Amino acid sequence: MGIGMTMTQKILAKHAGREMIREGELIEAKLDLLLGNDITTPPAIDCFRDSAFGSVFDKDKIVLVPDHFAPNKDIKSAEQCRKMREFAREQNITHYFEQGQAGMGVEHVIIPENGLARPGDCIIGADSHTCTYGALGAFSTGVGSTDLACAMATGTTWFRVPGAIKVILTGNLNPYVSGKDVILSLIGKIGVDGALYRSLEFCGEGVAELTMADRLTICNMAIECGAKNGIFPVDATTLEYVRERVPGYADQPEWLFPDEDAVYESILEMDLSSIRPVVSFPHLPSNTKELGTFGKIRIDQVVVGSCTNGRIEDMRKAAAILRGRKVADGLRAIILPGSQKVYKQALEEGLLAVFVDAGCVVSAPTCGPCLGGYMGVLAKGEKCVSTTNRNFVGRMGHKESEVYLAGVEVAAASAVLGYIGSPDELSEA
Amino acid sequence: MKITGRAIKYGANVDTDVIIPARYLNTSDKNELAKHCMEDLDPDFVNRVKPGDIIVAGPNFGCGSSREHAPVAIKASGIACVIAPSFARIFYRNSINTGLAILECEEAYKDICDGDELEIDFSSGIITDHTAHVVFRANAFPEFIAEIIEADGLVEYTRKKLGK
Repeated sequence: MGIGMTMTQKILAKHAGREMIREGELIEAKLDLLLGNDITTPPAIDCFRDSAFGSVFDKDKIVLVPDHFAPNKDIKSAEQCRKMREFAREQNITHYFEQGQAGMGVEHVIIPENGLARPGDCIIGADSHTCTYGALGAFSTGVGSTDLACAMATGTTWFRVPGAIKVILTGNLNPYVSGKDVILSLIGKIGVDGALYRSLEFCGEGVAELTMADRLTICNMAIECGAKNGIFPVDATTLEYVRERVPGYADQPEWLFPDEDAVYESILEMDLSSIRPVVSFPHLPSNTKELGTFGKIRIDQVVVGSCTNGRIEDMRKAAAILRGRKVADGLRAIILPGSQKVYKQALEEGLLAVFVDAGCVVSAPTCGPCLGGYMGVLAKGEKCVSTTNRNFVGRMGHKESEVYLAGVEVAAASAVLGYIGSPDELSEA
Repeated sequence: MKITGRAIKYGANVDTDVIIPARYLNTSDKNELAKHCMEDLDPDFVNRVKPGDIIVAGPNFGCGSSREHAPVAIKASGIACVIAPSFARIFYRNSINTGLAILECEEAYKDICDGDELEIDFSSGIITDHTAHVVFRANAFPEFIAEIIEADGLVEYTRKKLGK
């Protein structure tokens, strides 16, 4: 029986000023970054003001992003965005991202993109998908608005030290299989509470096979099996990504690795070469089925984008399928580049023209349709294939609508086919 | 502290999207949110809930979105406590922080039926089902959570820490 710490525990110990911490302990940790959006920040601001907290602990370490119901979808949403904007101005918040401005986009796309998350950081955000930055070797997790308000005042928060599930990745990915299929398969295997309160620590030779976009997608959905965080080791891919975005970033912290005798609650092995494209059926992300194992399901809408799959790699994959093809009759395909940067790059690479020629709606970066906010809400009985992260009852609209979660290539192919299908089923463009 | 109320029962994995659908998140007014609590899971909830009622649900209650609007809506609807075998971790934090009482108890979920008259003694964690004449013991809160509850929530705890 080992006595060492997991990678997550190493980060938490460092931020708690401790040599050693143990699963189950309460610690108070210093935070490197805090995040809020236009849904979760307004209640945090009320709490911050009602409690007379005064000033934020560090104006450079708070990121505020109006992305959920922005560009403002209605008057109430506009008021919420204004409240956040005024607070950002009043507190002189450095990283407030105004709609449309440089660096703006969906929160979990822009934080890594703008070099605001680094290996070894300790990050919280009032958004459940804050766990995304584990891809960079950071500890990051979601909290609520009151936690955000208190942490904005103190720069610290409490954590119960989590145990971990070690996920050993081996092998190589098959064509049309991406990080999305890896995480959906894992959730399908362990269930929506399979990692409740715990860390998912990825390791193994298969890690090198995964791009940063794949890793971001995988960690993004760690919450969908209840995990506190998902985390990848830092390797050449991470360092290349971070050095391009964080000015002066040299090397990973020398303490940032799990101890050789780290204690894990369980160990899972995943052979990447055994993973096929999967689809999560309504109404749980764990309800996965391999493509080809179910009959023809006609669909009304396809969404490509979100904090899960709104990066340039995703746009390129969608365009490769849609180039020279048309969206099926009577189907709406909505493409949402995840940030202004992704949007511009897609524009320069000619991808947006491919989408428009194929008959897609191309939207500004927003979370809108993923949570049934706007820009693609579903009517009663409608079915949608989406590259987003949740397919709960009513998630994207009417409670009798259905969301099927999938990777980008399956979503794009399904838009052309009119039913849930594979790129292999498409005729020559 | 003791409370009594009627059980309202739900299954496993009750997510925050059904507790309060995102279409209502353009406000954080608790009374507005309460009007739509549980709407996509149980449209009749808002009509039948009475102040003091107790939700008894399956594992992983409150999974999904971090929206604090979920425990706020439940509390504002009149629910006095939620009992479940386990809670999603963000919902757990949010409930402690916003003062919604929650208790972890697997047996209570298995045995309590919708409509049963319940009594909860928070100091001992004892749940009594007066309809079925059964008694359950909920998991005790970890010490530090009890401290936050004792300090009257995270805000007061933080104010004390800041010396305000």
